[in-house]
Amino acid sequence: MATQPDLKAPSADDAFREEVRDFLAENFPPELKGKGSALAGVDGPTEESETQRKWREAMGARGWGTPTWPKEYGGGGLSRRQAAILNEEMAKAGAYNPIGGMGVMMFGPTLLEYGSEAQKSEHIPPICRGEIRWCQGYSEPNAGSDLANLQTFAEDKGDHYLVNGQKTWTSGGQWADKCFCLVRTDKSDKHKGISFLLIDMDAPGVEVRPIQMISGMSPFCETFFTDVKVPKENLVGEEGQGWTIGKRLLQHERTNLSGGGSLARMMGASLADIAKKYVETDESGAIADKVLRDRIADFEIRWNAFLLTARRATEESKAAGGVSEISSVLKKLGTKLGQERAELTIEIMGLQGLGWEGEGFTDAELSGVRAWLFGKATTIYGGSTEIQNNIIAKRVLGMLDHQ
Amino acid sequence: MAVLNEEQEMLRDMARDWATNESPVAAFRKVRASGAPEAFDREAYTAMAQMGWAGIVVPEAHGGSDFGWLSAGLVVEELGKTLTASPLVATTLAATAIVLGGSEEQKAKWLPRLASGEAIGTLAIDEGPHHNPAKIAASVSGGKLSGTKAFVHEAHSADLFVVAAADGLYLVEKGDGVSLSTRKLTDQRSHAEVTFDGAAADKLAGGGDSLLDDVLDRARVLTACEMLGMAQAVFDTTLDYLKQRVQFNQVLATFQALQHRMADLFGDLAMMRSAVEGGLQALDSGFGVARAATIAKAEANRVLHTISREGVQLHGGIGMTDEYDIGFYLKRARVLEASWGGTSYLRDRFARIGGY
Repeated sequence: MATQPDLKAPSADDAFREEVRDFLAENFPPELKGKGSALAGVDGPTEESETQRKWREAMGARGWGTPTWPKEYGGGGLSRRQAAILNEEMAKAGAYNPIGGMGVMMFGPTLLEYGSEAQKSEHIPPICRGEIRWCQGYSEPNAGSDLANLQTFAEDKGDHYLVNGQKTWTSGGQWADKCFCLVRTDKSDKHKGISFLLIDMDAPGVEVRPIQMISGMSPFCETFFTDVKVPKENLVGEEGQGWTIGKRLLQHERTNLSGGGSLARMMGASLADIAKKYVETDESGAIADKVLRDRIADFEIRWNAFLLTARRATEESKAAGGVSEISSVLKKLGTKLGQERAELTIEIMGLQGLGWEGEGFTDAELSGVRAWLFGKATTIYGGSTEIQNNIIAKRVLGMLDHQ
Repeated sequence: MAVLNEEQEMLRDMARDWATNESPVAAFRKVRASGAPEAFDREAYTAMAQMGWAGIVVPEAHGGSDFGWLSAGLVVEELGKTLTASPLVATTLAATAIVLGGSEEQKAKWLPRLASGEAIGTLAIDEGPHHNPAKIAASVSGGKLSGTKAFVHEAHSADLFVVAAADGLYLVEKGDGVSLSTRKLTDQRSHAEVTFDGAAADKLAGGGDSLLDDVLDRARVLTACEMLGMAQAVFDTTLDYLKQRVQFNQVLATFQALQHRMADLFGDLAMMRSAVEGGLQALDSGFGVARAATIAKAEANRVLHTISREGVQLHGGIGMTDEYDIGFYLKRARVLEASWGGTSYLRDRFARIGGY
C-alpha cells in the first residue's frame, strides 16, 4: 500500500540519523532542553544568552535551521526525508530550532524564487545563520484587506528610490534589521504599480512605534518612512512585479499561519485533560457535565479532521510540488478552530481562566488568557478569513469566471 | 484526495467512468419507478461484481482481490456520487465480518459467493430506530436464533444475514424462520424489519471480543465513503447551478454572500474527505481503527448534513422539485447519518475512547 509507512528505512537514512545524533550530543546544550520558544524567532526581543548564541551558531553553520534550502546559500541542502529525520531527532533530544522568523518562513523562500543571484548571495546566508531579522511592510492604514490600495511611494531618483509613507501591523518591527516592503512605483495602475523593495530598518528616515494590543502585548508596530533613500539593487524582480511576488509570499505566510502540527504542539494539553483538572468527573473518570463533554468531543473530532487535512495538504503539495491555493483553506480552518479552542478552554476553566495578572493564577492560566486575546488576530492578519473566502471562491471555485 | 498508487487510480477511474455512464442518477429513478422492494438493478450489480468490486476486501484465496479498504472506499465514493442503488456496501460488510470472525469452513462456503456477486449479504444489528449495539435482545439457543432487527439495509435481496445476538455474531441464511416486513424509508431503498423465529444460526466464533465493534467500525467508514461521494456531488452540482442561474441580470456565483457560503462548504468538505480517508488508512494499517472510524463517520454526518441542506437552499425553488436530483441526496443523507451511529452516539463514543 502506498499509504503505509515504510518500515524498513534504507541504510543511508540510518547513517544520516547517526550524524544528527552525534551533532546534537556535541552541540545542543542540555540546559536548553525543552526551552525552545517558537515565538521568539518571530517577534521576540533579540537578547540571547551565551549558550543560546552558541546553539544558534552551531545550527547556522550546518544550515540545519533551514534544512531544505540550497547549500550554496547557506542552507542545509537536505532532502525532505532527511529534514524529517532531523526534526525527529531534535524532538527526541528536546532540542529546538533556534533559527526562525519571517526571514525563514516567508521572505527566504520567496527570494529564492524571485531574487537575483546577488540578492540571494547577500540576504539568504544571514537568514540561515539567524543573524538578520526581517519584518513585513505590507499593510497600511488604508490598505488592510484591500492591500493593493497601498500608497507608500518609492520615487525613482536615478540611482536610488526615495520612499515616503506609512506601514502598519509591522510584526516585530521594533526588533527587525530589515523590512521586505510592498511600495508603489506607479500611481496610475493599482496592481501593476506595486514593487517589492528591501529596506534597512536603521536607514535615516525610518521610525517605528509599537502598538499596544488588547492582550497587553505590543507585537505589532507602525512604521513611518520619511525621505528614506533605498538603493536600486534592493528592488526584487522588476518594477511593477511586486503584487505577483507579494502574493506568492502570502501563500508561504498562510501555510505557516494555519499551524497544523506546530499549532497542535503549541496548544499542549488536550481539552479533555484540561477539563479533568477544572471540572468534576464521575466515578468512571468521565466529565460529569454531559453537555460540556459533548461539546469537547465535537470540537476534538473537528480538530482532528483539520490536522488530517493539514497532513493531507502536505502530502499532496509534495506530490504536486510547492505551496498552493489550498493554503487559503488551511488558514481559514486552522485559525477559526484555534480560536474556538481558546474560547472553550476559558469556558472550561471558568473565571480561573480569565486572570490578567498577579496572585491566584498559574503561569499557564495567565499566558492562556493572553494567547486567547492575541489569537483574535489570527483570523484578521495574513489575509482575513473574508479575504481567504474571496480567494477560494475566485481561484479555487472559479465563481467569477463568468463575469 | 489521498495520494494513490497506480492500481488505485485505475480502479477509481474505472468506477468513475462506470458510475457516470452506466449508473447516473437517472438509473436510480428507473429503479424507484419499478417499485420493486429490493430497489436495485440486478444486471447492474452483476456488472459491478464482474469488475471485482464485491471482493475488494476479500482475500485472494477466497475469490477476492484483497486490494484493501482505500480501494474499496474509492469505488463506494464514486457510486455515492450518482446515488447508485446496490447491495455492494452491505455485501462487503457481511463479507468482512466473515473475514474477521469466520472459520475456514465458513469462509470457504460464503466468501467466494459474496465476492462473485452470486450471493448478497447484509448486517442485521440494531433493534430500534437508533444505533445501539450495546443493547441487543436477540438470542440463540440450541443453534436457533430468535429476535427482531430493525431497518435492515438491503434485506429484500439478502441471501445471508450477519446477525448480532447477545453473545456474538451469527450467520443466518434466508429461508425458514426468517421473515421480512418492508419499511419504506425516505431514500426509497431496501429496508425491512427482519424477524428471526428459531432460524438456524452458525456462530462467527473467531475475531475475539471486539468482533462486533470491528465490523461496525468498517460499516462506519464504508458508509462515510458513500456519504463523501454524495457530499462532493451535491457541492459540485450546486456550484454548477450557481454559475449558470441568472437573477438581477447577474450570475448567482458573482454574489459575495453566496461565494462565502460555498467557501465555507468547501472547507467542510476538505475536512470530511481527510477524516474519511483517515478512516480508510487506519483500516488498512490496523492502527487506531476505533478512533479513526469514529472521526470519519462523525465528520461525514456533520458535513453531509450541512451540505445537503445548503444544496437545497442554494438551488432555490427548483431544489424542492422531484425533477431535480438534489432532493434525492438530502433524503439518502439522513438515512445514512442515522445508520451505524448518529452524531450524538459518535461523540459519546469518541469521548469514551479518549477516556473522558
